[in-house]
Amino acid sequence: MDDEIRQVLAEQGKLAVEVSTIGDDDDLYRAGLTSHASINLMLGLEDAFDVEFPQHMLRKKTFETISSIRLALSELTGTPVR
Amino acid sequence: MTAPAGVGVSLGDFSVDDLETSRREFRQQLFDAGFLVPTGVDGLYLRDERFEQIARAIDAVVSRSCAGEVGRTYHFPLVMARSVLEATDYVRSFPQLAGIVNSFDGGDREHRRLLGAIDKDGDWPQLMAPTDLGLCSAACHPLYPPQQGRLPARGRVVEVYGQVFRHEPSVDPARMQVFRQHEVVYLGDADGARHHRDRWVERGLEIHHRLRLDIEAEIANDPFFGRTGEVLAAGQRAEVLKVELVCPICSFDEPTAITSANCHLDHFGAAFGIETSDGDVAHSACVGFGIERIALALLHTHGLEPSRWPAAVRDSLAW
Repeated sequence: MDDEIRQVLAEQGKLAVEVSTIGDDDDLYRAGLTSHASINLMLGLEDAFDVEFPQHMLRKKTFETISSIRLALSELTGTPVR
Repeated sequence: MTAPAGVGVSLGDFSVDDLETSRREFRQQLFDAGFLVPTGVDGLYLRDERFEQIARAIDAVVSRSCAGEVGRTYHFPLVMARSVLEATDYVRSFPQLAGIVNSFDGGDREHRRLLGAIDKDGDWPQLMAPTDLGLCSAACHPLYPPQQGRLPARGRVVEVYGQVFRHEPSVDPARMQVFRQHEVVYLGDADGARHHRDRWVERGLEIHHRLRLDIEAEIANDPFFGRTGEVLAAGQRAEVLKVELVCPICSFDEPTAITSANCHLDHFGAAFGIETSDGDVAHSACVGFGIERIALALLHTHGLEPSRWPAAVRDSLAW
């Protein structure tokens, strides 16, 4: 799951740094994720994992770190968090 | 009529029908009194001279309140370069409100089809093509492209008079599709932007108090489109980027935003290559006075006879 998250992040995040240099708990907004890039990230994750983020997850916090994205996707796909 | 204050009608009990009725009724009163003239399209009205006198007086109040602080004052038309709708992200965030200008760019053959379509089924708009013009989405949006480059050390404060289009037809007279925004915009560093916004919340409250309007400041969000918009709206609220000054016009339960003060962070600075004197991406902030809405709030609060408005209000309007 992590590789796929990182791939979508690389495609959609338009970050100022290489995705490979970002730790799981690093703040993506501080790494240059803009509001609109976070929207593209959200849509990219929905396509990649074939899920739809429910109302309560439509928050900036959901997309704040790779860990928080993993947690949300685990809940949606029923995959346990490593 | 509006719901009476203090009768304990909660928002939940105040039905949408009641709100719709009170909006229709107030609009009809404005039609009957001649301030607004219907055009057959909800949200688009002709305004009579008395309405314009109120609007001009409000504009003058705003101008006086920022006199001496503003570098330049600009007046923008209703249309702008279409590219501004993309660069500001407006068409990404608010496609339902945005508009572009279409026109005919065909030859004689296409003209023949156009004439046929007008006479036959009236479906000629589909034979028009997009131009490079968009309808102005916010008074300050056309301001940003020419600001590209480095700002002076203390930033820049600009006053803007603009006309704005929002595609949201409504029977609510306060929700017009074309209206004026009178803005005071700051460009500079992050602290300066936050300070500008906060100061204008206070100043906006003060201005509306002087007009004897029942005004309150509320944390708000823009009507971003769709599911993705919920993320943007939640972020905007969490960071307290938008504060609206609200006043009852058609309902005490759902007061109308008549002025808003906004922090844009570095959104426009990044989009248009605007830098502080230190070379950082510039931040910006604005206060926008909704001129028609303030005029309607005055008419609703003080009555449809401006000559009989309280002396304090007339004094504030320099009448």
